[in-house]
Parts: sequence; structure tokens; C-alpha cells
Amino acid sequence: MSDTTMGRISERMPRFIRRIEPPVAISFACIILLLLFGGLYSSAFLSADYLLQQLKVASFLGVIATGMMLVILLGQIDLSVPWVVAAGAMMACAATAYGPAATLAAVPIGILCGMLIGLVNGIGVAYLRIPSMIVTLATNAVAQGLMVVYTGGFSPRDFATEEMRYLATGSLIPGVPNALIIWAIVGAGMVFVLTRTTFGRAVYGIGNRERAAYLSGVNTRRVVMIAFIAAGGLSAFGGVLLAGYASKAAQGMGDAYLLPAIAAVVLGGTSILGGRGSYLGTVAGVILITLLLSILSVLQMPEAGRQIIYGVVIIAMLLLYGRSPANQ
Amino acid sequence: MKDWRYWLAEQRGTLVALAIFALMFTIYISNHPAGLTTNVAQTAANKGTLLALVAMAQTLVVITAGIDLSVGAILVLTNCIASMVVTGNAFETTLGVVFVLFVGALCGALNGLIVIYGRLQPIVATIGTGAIFFGIALILRPLPGGTVNETLADAMTGKVFGIVPASLLMLLAIVLVVWLPFCSSVIGRAAYAAGSSETAAYMSGMPIRRGKFAAYTLGGLLASIGGLFLTFFTYSGQASSATASTYTLLSIAAVVLGGVSLFGGRGSAIGAIFGAFAFRAIGDLMFVFDFDALWQPLFQGVILLLAVSIGALGLWRVRNRLEWFG
Repeated sequence: MSDTTMGRISERMPRFIRRIEPPVAISFACIILLLLFGGLYSSAFLSADYLLQQLKVASFLGVIATGMMLVILLGQIDLSVPWVVAAGAMMACAATAYGPAATLAAVPIGILCGMLIGLVNGIGVAYLRIPSMIVTLATNAVAQGLMVVYTGGFSPRDFATEEMRYLATGSLIPGVPNALIIWAIVGAGMVFVLTRTTFGRAVYGIGNRERAAYLSGVNTRRVVMIAFIAAGGLSAFGGVLLAGYASKAAQGMGDAYLLPAIAAVVLGGTSILGGRGSYLGTVAGVILITLLLSILSVLQMPEAGRQIIYGVVIIAMLLLYGRSPANQ
Repeated sequence: MKDWRYWLAEQRGTLVALAIFALMFTIYISNHPAGLTTNVAQTAANKGTLLALVAMAQTLVVITAGIDLSVGAILVLTNCIASMVVTGNAFETTLGVVFVLFVGALCGALNGLIVIYGRLQPIVATIGTGAIFFGIALILRPLPGGTVNETLADAMTGKVFGIVPASLLMLLAIVLVVWLPFCSSVIGRAAYAAGSSETAAYMSGMPIRRGKFAAYTLGGLLASIGGLFLTFFTYSGQASSATASTYTLLSIAAVVLGGVSLFGGRGSAIGAIFGAFAFRAIGDLMFVFDFDALWQPLFQGVILLLAVSIGALGLWRVRNRLEWFG
């Protein structure tokens, strides 16, 4: 379909639909297709219980992907997610060993640890000008090393606190999981920051051209550092929630979240080069990936088939709308 | 200015990697209870070679300003295939080896096609293909197992004439047969040029697409040699996601230590080899100093963090702040 016909069709649509970018629309269309396809197999896929359960599972990835999106918008990447997630979870669980006051503060302690690692990332990227892929790789190794030393190489024996379990599995409003509410709050905060604050505009500006943002008077280095701190904190928060969900922390718990988080952000139409993308797209990407993996596992697709379909879907969708311009 | 100064400037990354390796290895050997015996050298060579092969594969792609996050998955996939086909008599084994190398090159070529003609960013494209390669590996080997021609395996991981580790000779052969012809050919120069400045290379009429395609394909080929080598070590195949992600991350670390610029256009596979060996030597240092093995990951991480921070020293030479944003 040519651009002009697309334009003519979109002129007839209501304004709020016209404002949605094609990647976001395609992602949501794929989600609906997946649900219809699942519904043909079994009506259980369309039940409210199943959908809420999926949204709850999606919210862990959603919180982590929120931080990843902030970093990707800058044109950087955060490869330290696996062990920041694990470190946040482990430190929050470990707080139980230091008396009732520390137990109450378990969640902030976990998040703080993630922010510390994010601070190292931010200093490395913003002030030392080391490529983010390298710094975050190194801090990931350091975080892993610290956790291995701390736990003695085994999964820690501390359990998640009551508060963590309540955050991840309870439901304040009957029927709506708390994890989902948390994702909604985090997401709303992210949307506000990205669209209504100078910080958000600076993030987009730096992602487009850091040099131009700097010359426009933006303190680019501070913005980049704060973004990495926020990303570290959000990853760790995701880890805290995961630990509450599983009621304990484990060694490799973050490994399964790095690539899906990047994939979710990119599938949602955020450019991996930075400067372009909306949070709605990331929401769509997160739900799409969670649903895809869930439906494949309900269909009893073996792990191998799930991996292959997962890879094919990422590449196929990006070929649809994630291509760089053709001009040289 | 004389020629050797240009040469020195061009090879600086490689030489730094060589120096780090020499320093680490000297410390390692001088504190090793057995000293530099052929057995110690053989173990060190074998451990380093595996990482060096994956790091070389990564280098080829990084030179074009790309990155291959599927390199570990190709390693695992070819490891699984090798554990099925590299058996039997000499003829069957040879066919098996050729087939494994072919699959590796095919994986690399697929990456190249998607990046060049699909115009996707290498980082996300290889996340996708990596998942596919790993899925195929899981289909082939749901459970660890398989076997390999043990005569060949022992020969490749053993010593030649009782002194020289065979793995080092193989590495040397790969450098001579694959790397040197590549980087002195037009296609290899095009890969460098594409990484340095794609626009300028295009304007100068360099065969960018062919150069990139060759880099990705050769990268897959080298990763499959790594997969073969892993099979020779373990005598079996295993579709382990931990192996895949570890080697992908370690390959990037080794490439960085080896003085290859992640922005493309600068560095050499020889530097990556030294980077890989240096990284392994750092890991082994822990053992000779009798530290608890628990501290090894932390030690490796801190060294890596320090090593990459050294690159930041160049900031002091920057006169104009705009150069920060490269």
C-alpha cells in the first residue's frame, strides 16, 4: 500500500487513532490476532482470568522494559539487566536478616542497589564516554561477581518479605493484580516524564543527536546518567517483584529478561538508534511477547519450537516496520 | 614521519592487547607451582583458543560497525551438529567437519542477508536469529549427549611433537588462511571502510555489501570452528543457553580487550586473539594465588571494568568538548 492511500485512509479515521504510529498499531493488531488464534484453539484464552494472569506476568517484564526503553531512547543499551534484576531481588530478600526495620525497607533497599549499579553505568557512559554496551557488560560481570561472593555460589536461603509478596501476588482492588497496578503506575510516570518534562524532551533530543542537544544547552551528561540510574532502579524493582512472585531470589533469575526486554521495546517501534518511540508501543511489545510465549507453551510447543517462533516473529515484525531508510 | 609510526598507530590496540596478555601470563606462570611446562601451556592454550575463535568471529562483524549477538548460539548449534556427524571413519569424519563448517557459514550468511538486505540493526537482527539457531540446536539435541571421533578430538586438543599445543597451530593456520587474506583483499578493506564510514565508502565505490556479507559469513564460519573445538573438548554436544549467552558476552569482552573499536573500522582479529587469551589468563590468576574460586567472577568483572575505563584516558586529550559526542 502506498503512502498516499495510507494517508487517505487515515484521514477518515478519528483523530486519536490517526496519532497512533504504524508500529504500535501493528503490534496491537498482532496481539488481537494472537488472541483470536488462541480463542479458536480453546475459549479459555479469551477468559478474563487468563488475560489478567497474562497481564500480571507481563507486568514484571513491563517494569524492566520501561527502564530499557529510557536507555534505548538515548541511543544506548543496558546489558546489565540480568544481574541487576538478580541483585535487586537478592538484596531485598537479604534485608530480612537485619531486623524488622530493614525488613520493612526491603523493597527500597533492593531498588537502591539497582540504582547504584545504574550510577556506575551512567558515569561510565556519560562522563567517561565508554560505549554503553561495554560498560553495562562490565557492571553486569561485577554485579554477578558480588552476588556470587555474597551467596557463596548457591541460591540464597532468605525468603521474600510479606510486603514483596503482597506487591507481586496480592490484589488491592479485587480481581486486579497488584503487579499490574504497579506497572500502570510506573508506565504512567514514564509517559509523564517523556512527554511533559524537560527531562523527557532532553532524552529524545540526545537520542536524535547528542551534539545538537549539548549545543542547545542541555546538560546531556547529567541526563544520560540519570536515565541509567532510573533504568537500574527499574530493573532491580522488576527483580524485587519477581522475587515476591516466586517468594525467593535465584541465581539466574534475570537471564530470561534481557533479550525479551530489548525485543519488547524494539517491537513497540522504538528505534534502537534512539530518539524515536512511544511508551504505548513498549506496552504493546511487552504484552505481545508475553502472550506469544504463553500461548506457545499452552499449545505444548516444545522449548525449541518456542525459541524458533520467537526469533522468526521478532525478525518478521521488524522487517515490516523496523527497517532503516534505503538511501545511502 | 616514517612508515613504522603509521604501522604502530594502526596496530596500537593489538599491541596493547599483546602487552596485557604477556603481563598476565607472566604473572600466572611465575606463580604457577609447576612453572611453564608443556602441560600447563597446553591447558592454557586450549582454554584460550575456544574463546579466541569466538572472539575472532565477533571481530569480523564488529569491524563493519555491527555486532553479532548470535555468535554464542552458532557455537552451540554447531557443537550439537558436530556431536552427531563428526564420527566414524576418516572419510565420514571429514565430511562431518565440512558440513559443520558449512552450517556455521550459512548461519553467518543469514545474519548478513538480514542485516544488509533487510536493513535491520545488527543488534536486534542477531537477537532474533540467535533465538532461531538456539531453537534448532534444542531440536537436534534435547538432552546432552552424542559422540565425536576421539582420535581427531585428541589430536586437536593435544600436542604436536610433544611440545607445541595443536590448538595454537590451528589458530595460526586460521589466521594465515582466513584472516590475513581477508583483511588484505578488496572485500576485507571494504568491510573496514564500511565500518569506518559507510557513506564515504559508498561514495568511493567500495563493494560495501559484498564486504559486509563476507564479514558476517566468515564470522559464522569461525564460530562453527569454535563449535567443533568445543565438541573436541567435551566429546559431546549440549544445547545450553548458558553456554550461548556466556560466549556471546565473553566474545564482546575479548574483542574490547583486544583493542577492536565497537564503533567499527578499527582493530584486528589478531588483537582479539590476544584479548581472549588475556581474559582467560586473568581468570586463571585466581587459581595460582589460591583465592577462593567464588571470587573469580568478581575479579574478572573488576578487571574488565578497569580495562575499559583505561580507554577513557583519551578524554584528557580532548581540546574541544564537542569531540565528546564523536
